[in-house]
Amino acid sequence: MKSAVVQLPGLNRDRDMIAALTKISGKAPVTVWQTETEIPDVDLIVIPGGFSYGDYLRCGAIAARMPVMQAIKAKAEQGVRVLGVCNGFQILVEAGLLPGALMRNASLKFVCREVKLEVVNPETAFTRAYAKGQVIRTPVAHHDGNYFADAETLKTIEGNGQVVFRYAEGTNPNGSINDIAGVMNAKGNVLGMMPHPENLIEVAHGGSDGRGIFASALDVIAA
Amino acid sequence: MIKARVTVTLKNGVLDPQGKAIEGALGALGFDGIGQVRQGKVFDLQLETADKAKAEADLKAMCEKLLANTVIENYSISLA
Repeated sequence: MKSAVVQLPGLNRDRDMIAALTKISGKAPVTVWQTETEIPDVDLIVIPGGFSYGDYLRCGAIAARMPVMQAIKAKAEQGVRVLGVCNGFQILVEAGLLPGALMRNASLKFVCREVKLEVVNPETAFTRAYAKGQVIRTPVAHHDGNYFADAETLKTIEGNGQVVFRYAEGTNPNGSINDIAGVMNAKGNVLGMMPHPENLIEVAHGGSDGRGIFASALDVIAA
Repeated sequence: MIKARVTVTLKNGVLDPQGKAIEGALGALGFDGIGQVRQGKVFDLQLETADKAKAEADLKAMCEKLLANTVIENYSISLA
């Protein structure tokens, strides 16, 4: 499967993401700059983490209005898989591709540590490598990961299985509502998550718990 | 030219950790009786038009498209 990594000024996790996708799929992803209006024919588009546009206005707000996002919207409507990690998640909610909003951490502090994630929904294109309720480790590093959605939206996403990951075992680092760490769209092809699975994919990282997300999305789950 | 001010505030019911921290800091400075502090944003814009109706329509579109995140924020527009 072919993948693409989106690049915007201020994103700084793109190289980690490119390395992860290359190692797991065996093929280097193409890179797509923010001004591009067409995205090559790929099966997975990843928006990595960082601080696009210096987090000005609101995290991800300006990036979400760049031309490349229109192209990503069109691809998402066609069913292409889209994964947003950290700032990528913030960009996807700002662009309206995912429900809810990401607000300042309840502690007001930047958090950089490891958390536990519960795989709430393993029946998605991104989580097939995991079992329901499985708890995995992943690093987080963010200042604005406090997921919020109004009561009605929350009811809808909880009911539809759109809540894919929750912080587990009391490790919620940001005060997100219902401990939500990752959500997908109703169609199931767009996933956003605050933790960084790309930073836990091999022995040198101290574990490979994050690998399953890419293996699932790239259809390379080991038999 | 029209001068406009856009004010963006968090909707009721949306937790505002920054407002809470400011509220605590004001209390620590000895200011008593503060019920609540909510933090917001102010944008001052200069529009190169004399048409107030157009300015208002444009500002509303700017708020909906960029200046406010209507999932969590309300906005108000005032023309000078």
